[in-house]
Amino acid sequence: MSDRGTGERLDARGLLCPLPVIRTQDRVRTLRPGTLLDVIATDPGVLHDIPAWCRVHGHRVLFSRREGEDIRIRVEVCET
Amino acid sequence: MTKKAVALISGGLDSMLAAKVVMEQGVHVEGLNFYTGFCVEGHTHAIRRKDRAKEKRNNALWVAEQLGIPLHIIDVTSEYKDVVLNPKHGYGQHLNPCLDCKIFMVNKALAWGFMDEHGFDFIVTGEVIGQRPKSQRKETMPIVARESGADDLLLRPLCAKNLPPTRPEREGWVDREALFDFHGRNRKPQMALAEAFGLTDYAQPAGGCCFLTDERYAAKLADLWEARGERDYELDDIMLLKVGRHIRPAPHYKLIVGREEGENRFLEGYRKRFLHLRTSRVPGPLALVDGTPARDDIGLAAQVLARYSQGRDEAEVEVSVHHPDGVVELVNVAPLAPAELPAAWHV
Ligand code: SF4
Repeated sequence: MSDRGTGERLDARGLLCPLPVIRTQDRVRTLRPGTLLDVIATDPGVLHDIPAWCRVHGHRVLFSRREGEDIRIRVEVCET
Repeated sequence: MTKKAVALISGGLDSMLAAKVVMEQGVHVEGLNFYTGFCVEGHTHAIRRKDRAKEKRNNALWVAEQLGIPLHIIDVTSEYKDVVLNPKHGYGQHLNPCLDCKIFMVNKALAWGFMDEHGFDFIVTGEVIGQRPKSQRKETMPIVARESGADDLLLRPLCAKNLPPTRPEREGWVDREALFDFHGRNRKPQMALAEAFGLTDYAQPAGGCCFLTDERYAAKLADLWEARGERDYELDDIMLLKVGRHIRPAPHYKLIVGREEGENRFLEGYRKRFLHLRTSRVPGPLALVDGTPARDDIGLAAQVLARYSQGRDEAEVEVSVHHPDGVVELVNVAPLAPAELPAAWHV
């Protein structure tokens, strides 16, 4: 289901940090290395916290950008 | 074989040092952080504009990064309710159930860390005897160990030498001699140790790690329970207590008025669920009305809102009243004079 290149999406809009980070963590745990996960959130705290979470767990943030009211962060699940 | 410890990481200095001390002994350490809903971290800084210049970082994640360890954050918001509502050991100075909270967290760490897939050998906390008058005393240390179920698998590296040897010490997983005997409220030994480890930037929470130790916050929570006639809360309730002025003109309703732009934006997120008010012709804050206001109450609520708008010195201000069903009505009201707003209404 989650081969490389196929995108997974996590809707964390309306959640306040650290909940978007926790949801990201719980989702990443179920995904295979190489999977790309797009987290969509509204709390600007994610711009700091999700990359920090990825760094301590060895996953990669490919980009983060604002899309209107939303923030999109693309995470590449890595082998840990 | 390398032993594995799970360390409770609050984001403060003590838990950071405790984890580091054990790592220095060659133990594999991973961090665990619990999100209770009352944590002072993250979004609370992001909400208020005046706090924006300050760090918005999540301190626990930041600590993990400094230490170079993974951090697992666990959402315990619903289970934690029972700790807040029914603490067996009572509250600290405000509504902080610190002793029950510690027991709860160590118990959770035990359940999480000892799951087969995680396979940890012991638990580490940054507790220091005498650090907190109620929850970190010599007598409370064995209570936390016993009631959490961790017993002698709970190691407090910063004060271990003042306590009986735990299993990690007895079995030689860690060297007791290289642990510490800190006690009391003096922070100097921790600061010196931080310096020795080259850790220079760390959070120093004043009262504790959560809003329950905050006098004003605790008063708002107590007010919420009293107004509703029951001790209970939802996550949204406790989030909203962190934001805005809370003004209760009568037991059956209160206003939550944004104090600045960041708070107004935060309150916006709740506007579909609450009756809310805003000034329509002059700049002013957003106010949510929580409770069951009667028709007659809405006029007074509008007057209170007008008092915090830029029309406060006008004879009349137009306020739009947005009902949760989408109906919007306009009312013209005289802003309440400061003397007409009793101090007792401020929760
Ligand atoms: S300050 Fe809050 S989080 Fe910290 S131990 Fe006390 S109740 Fe728990």
